Amino acid sequence: MSALLEMRSITKTFPGVKALDNVSISVREGEIHAICGENGAGKSTLMKVLSGVYPAGSYDGQITYDGRPAEFRTIRDSEERGIIIIHQELALVPLLTIAENIFLGNECATRGVIDWPETFRQTEALLAKVGLRETPGARVGSLGVGKQQLVEIAKALSKNVRLLILDEPTAALSEGDSQALLDLLLELKAQGVTSIIISHKLNEVRRVADSVTVIRDGATISTIDARAEPLTEDRIVRDMVGRSMENRFPDRQRRAGEVVFELKDWNVWHPEQADRQMIRDLSMTVRAGEVVGIAGLMGAGRTELAMSIFGRSWGRNISGQVLMRGRVVDVSTVDRAIRAGLAYVTEDRKTLGLILEETIRRNTVLANLDAVATRGVVEEGRETEVAEKYRRALRIRTPSVFQKVMNLSGGNQQKVVLAKWLFTDPDLLILDEPTRGIDVGAKYEIYSIINELSAAGKAVVMISSEMPELLGMCDRIHVMNQGGFVGELAAEEASQEAIMSLIVRE
Amino acid sequence: MQATSTATAPGIGAYLTRHIREYGLLFALIAIMAFFQVVTGGTLLRPVNITNLFLQNSYIIIMALGMLLVIVGGNIDLSVGSVMGFIGALAAVMIVNWQLPVGVAILLCLMTGMAIGAVQGYFVAYWRIPSFIVTLAGMLVFRGLSLWLLAGQSIGPFPRSFQALSTGFIPDLFALDRPNGLALAVGVAAVLLILWLGLRARARNARYGIEDEPWGLFLLRNAIVAAALLFVTWKLAWFRGLPNVLLSMVVLTVIYVFITERTTLGRRIYAVGGNAKAAKLSGIRTERLTFLTFVNMGLLAALAGLVFAARLNTATPKAGFAVELDVIAAVFIGGASMAGGSGRIVGAVVGAFIMGVMNNGMSILGIGIDYQQVIKGLVLLAAVVFDVYNKNKEV
Repeated sequence: MSALLEMRSITKTFPGVKALDNVSISVREGEIHAICGENGAGKSTLMKVLSGVYPAGSYDGQITYDGRPAEFRTIRDSEERGIIIIHQELALVPLLTIAENIFLGNECATRGVIDWPETFRQTEALLAKVGLRETPGARVGSLGVGKQQLVEIAKALSKNVRLLILDEPTAALSEGDSQALLDLLLELKAQGVTSIIISHKLNEVRRVADSVTVIRDGATISTIDARAEPLTEDRIVRDMVGRSMENRFPDRQRRAGEVVFELKDWNVWHPEQADRQMIRDLSMTVRAGEVVGIAGLMGAGRTELAMSIFGRSWGRNISGQVLMRGRVVDVSTVDRAIRAGLAYVTEDRKTLGLILEETIRRNTVLANLDAVATRGVVEEGRETEVAEKYRRALRIRTPSVFQKVMNLSGGNQQKVVLAKWLFTDPDLLILDEPTRGIDVGAKYEIYSIINELSAAGKAVVMISSEMPELLGMCDRIHVMNQGGFVGELAAEEASQEAIMSLIVRE
Repeated sequence: MQATSTATAPGIGAYLTRHIREYGLLFALIAIMAFFQVVTGGTLLRPVNITNLFLQNSYIIIMALGMLLVIVGGNIDLSVGSVMGFIGALAAVMIVNWQLPVGVAILLCLMTGMAIGAVQGYFVAYWRIPSFIVTLAGMLVFRGLSLWLLAGQSIGPFPRSFQALSTGFIPDLFALDRPNGLALAVGVAAVLLILWLGLRARARNARYGIEDEPWGLFLLRNAIVAAALLFVTWKLAWFRGLPNVLLSMVVLTVIYVFITERTTLGRRIYAVGGNAKAAKLSGIRTERLTFLTFVNMGLLAALAGLVFAARLNTATPKAGFAVELDVIAAVFIGGASMAGGSGRIVGAVVGAFIMGVMNNGMSILGIGIDYQQVIKGLVLLAAVVFDVYNKNKEV
């Protein structure tokens, strides 16, 4: 079989970051090709290069598709040649029907007038092909995620797909739906459709893939041909995580004190999908001076856990208890959670952590405004002193605290978020992806701050998708998957392989 | 944007370009006034017309104060014109038909205004219904209710004591008659107060190393403001002195400047408008604040309704018609952002004056209401385009 797609030496740079560094991948006609890698390894970027989201010219390297060089400038260009990508977040309009969604932008119409009988007839044929028993007139929003996924595939088939790309297709699906989807992929393969599947679930990869390309840190690590050699999960895991650990973390003294934070039998349901339990019977403790990590892949429920604890900011039907220093506390609203001694540094600092148009000074005092005010009147002198104090303590690099945070670098913005929470003097700090999107130097400084905090007796929970960071910083690591802890590793026994195996062997 | 290096004193020009919005507004007001002063042959700044300017625009300014808070909080209130008309009608029914004491009626009207704001705010804040829809409904409801209350007729006249809300003048303590001694004294006192506050702020800024406007600009700006104040009070002194409504406007403006710039309440409203999610995750009770901005808006709309009815000395079914548009336009001309989180009280007040001077000047010139609307619309568009242009340049 010949190669349908050849991507050679693809290099894509964003300001300050090399997202892809000489990646090559070759996909044969009629196979299912899996791409594996950690979060942030560059998988999605590679697919965006292929589908024309990043237009030809904005990256280096060559793409050959179907024997011809491909220079896609828009998604439309790649779709015309039969390359269809289905993203993790489905691109369907919930209020429209299945038929309308499938033919959106591609309507069966003559001079703008839609031919509905023809549309419905074609939709029925497509639905039969993907094995979805729904009427073409059903609203997409009323379908489960698994069925929506099938609608996406039907939509791809309507465009005469030759190369189907699926980004984490089973991440949000139940076991049964996942199996059905994988069966469908195998069936499409029999009909001659080539697929690329991006997945973290190695058992699924092993089941359907004919070959696997492993990407790490923006580079191709290995390509494994399942027909030539047996595909083992160990081999893939090793390639996925096998980066050398450098001395990128400041030393820390381990000194765990009394139990500060305790979570008992925590249960959370999805806010929109009433039957979907997101956190199951979860319990944990954190001691003073301890840094406890939570590892897991996207969608494992880590952020949902943190936000549900912090003032019920996420989820429904939340049950369970939060204890601070042995006493049950009320964390039902954010200000009560803050008063109970909790602080949550959000994952997304720009949309959830900061008011970008405001100054450093105002952002710093935002969560504890009453501490710089007398009877509701802000004392600007005290406010400025507080902001200055944290600017020095956290080494925020800025000409003055009167700068808008919008103008700061990512690392310095993150320090402002930390300053905001430190000023509330919390006992427990929950850090959600505290170093996402910031450069190596700033990361080191954030790590140092975390160590200083734990040395001062604060309890810290650190959620991170970067495993080296968890290994370098944490005293204990909980591994989370599908809303529960699937294992706990002490610092000594933790390794990336151990974490990854706990996740993928679920 | 602010640099701390005081060694290299930044030029006035550089400072001006960075703060062009704030100064631009002031200069625009001056330019518009100068223009109409010339083309109306001096009528604009006659003592009687200056007095009229305040009387005519007081209700817009009063409502612009509340509207600024609503808009800063990320919402909008389309119902204020109707609410204002409704409260005027209610006051007329209570005072003229039912013969209630003026004080009691005023109190009841203000409370009704707050209740109206509370209902609308409740739906916006706690039911998360877009404020555009809730207040559009309110606009229709209260337009209808005022028609019903008045049964399509005008009701009046009001007793003297009620009219004094708007057309009364503060008695001259110095009993000079013409010129009015109190007006002159207040003018001088206001100039001294503004200078003193400005100098105190400069001293505080210097202590914390905040870059301030260059001395030259500070003096120029204050000279213009002082000259304008003295000029206006001098003119007022030659007519009938200080109108009551001017005093309430000034007091209200000072209170709202204080609330927005100095209190935790004001800070939190800006935070909610700037980033509601981040504010909520910082422990701020965002729903309650949104609710309060609407209650406050209802109160001010009621006050505006009373002032308006008192000035016309009658409540008419047409009172407040399309006024919400002037109020909202004033706030946006004053530099507030539709997205919420930014805008200043002083800007909204100056914006209201710009609208007021244009209305007044064009009426003196006898320009038809058709052209007036077109010109006002273009000025609003120009102000916002200017804003967006500057913002894009900044990045």
